[in-house]
Amino acid sequence: MTTKVYITIILCGLVTWLIRVIPFALVKNFKLPDWLTHFLSFVPVAILSAIFVESLLVTRTGHFPGLNVPNFLASIPAIITAVISKSLLAVVVVGVIAMAAIRFLGWA
Amino acid sequence: MDDQLTYRSGFKDVLPTVFGYIGVGIAFGIVAKTYHLSVLMVLLMSLIVYAGSAQFIITGMLAAGSPIGAIVVSTILINARMSLMSMTVAPYFKDKSFGENIGVGSLLTDETFALSMNKLNFTNHHLNGPWLNSANIVAYLVWALATVAGSLIGGLIPNPESLGLDFAVVAMFIGLLYLQIITDRSRPLLKHLQVFLCVAILMIILMRFMAGNSAILLATILGCLFGMAVNRK
Repeated sequence: MTTKVYITIILCGLVTWLIRVIPFALVKNFKLPDWLTHFLSFVPVAILSAIFVESLLVTRTGHFPGLNVPNFLASIPAIITAVISKSLLAVVVVGVIAMAAIRFLGWA
Repeated sequence: MDDQLTYRSGFKDVLPTVFGYIGVGIAFGIVAKTYHLSVLMVLLMSLIVYAGSAQFIITGMLAAGSPIGAIVVSTILINARMSLMSMTVAPYFKDKSFGENIGVGSLLTDETFALSMNKLNFTNHHLNGPWLNSANIVAYLVWALATVAGSLIGGLIPNPESLGLDFAVVAMFIGLLYLQIITDRSRPLLKHLQVFLCVAILMIILMRFMAGNSAILLATILGCLFGMAVNRK
């Protein structure tokens, strides 16, 4: 068991590292075509949107995903804080307090 | 966030995200402890794999006795989206040495990627090694320490969820997404919102057919194609 864990860690680390660095090696050595540069300009907003929406959903086998109620509720004050403060730190602090409050009150 | 690209500003800019790493890192350590991974295993996994959601899946699959091959394939699928982020950051390091490229790429995460994208809007579209390495290394060390701390205190604290710490990561992505949308003036606000809406709808549809991590990758690619289609030059 122990040896298997270490081998798994090393192999998973290796593939993850390759996924991270191969694009750097490719971009360094080849000029990106214009369409790819245009495509990549949408990655930041698209990927952050996908990660955020994923956290609001719960997979249900054979059905469309359900709503992750606690995450959805805590997101509301977090979004309001983002708009008002434009501060990442404030958003994180308000979000965590909101989530603790939601759990404490037993809303979700 | 300002236009400074120094070690010091990298350290300052990454600090808000540290809460996310601490919250999730402690949670991971506790989970790993319940699955009987030793502190050393937790530390090595955080240092060598260094990928939040993949580490949870790897730990779960190890506990379930899955074969190594299956665990590696799952890791590739979960982390595939990282290649999109690397590909997006890489052009800003094209003129830098090969070693600097590999160094920056090796420790890039969702969070430091998003910070970099925010930063670009303040620096006239420049990034450099000192700033990103500093952010990357702080994130890396905090993650490793948080997971080890979780593993050590696992079982001692009742439930990290009751403290709301697990939401730190979601809150951070909310902040990063909002800041990206309002600070990236390369296209109008409405265009950003169109992409957000398109990706949100795609996620709801795709998550009926696949796991969340695969849906994130596919929805991102389709969302970018949608963006290209509605922003024809």
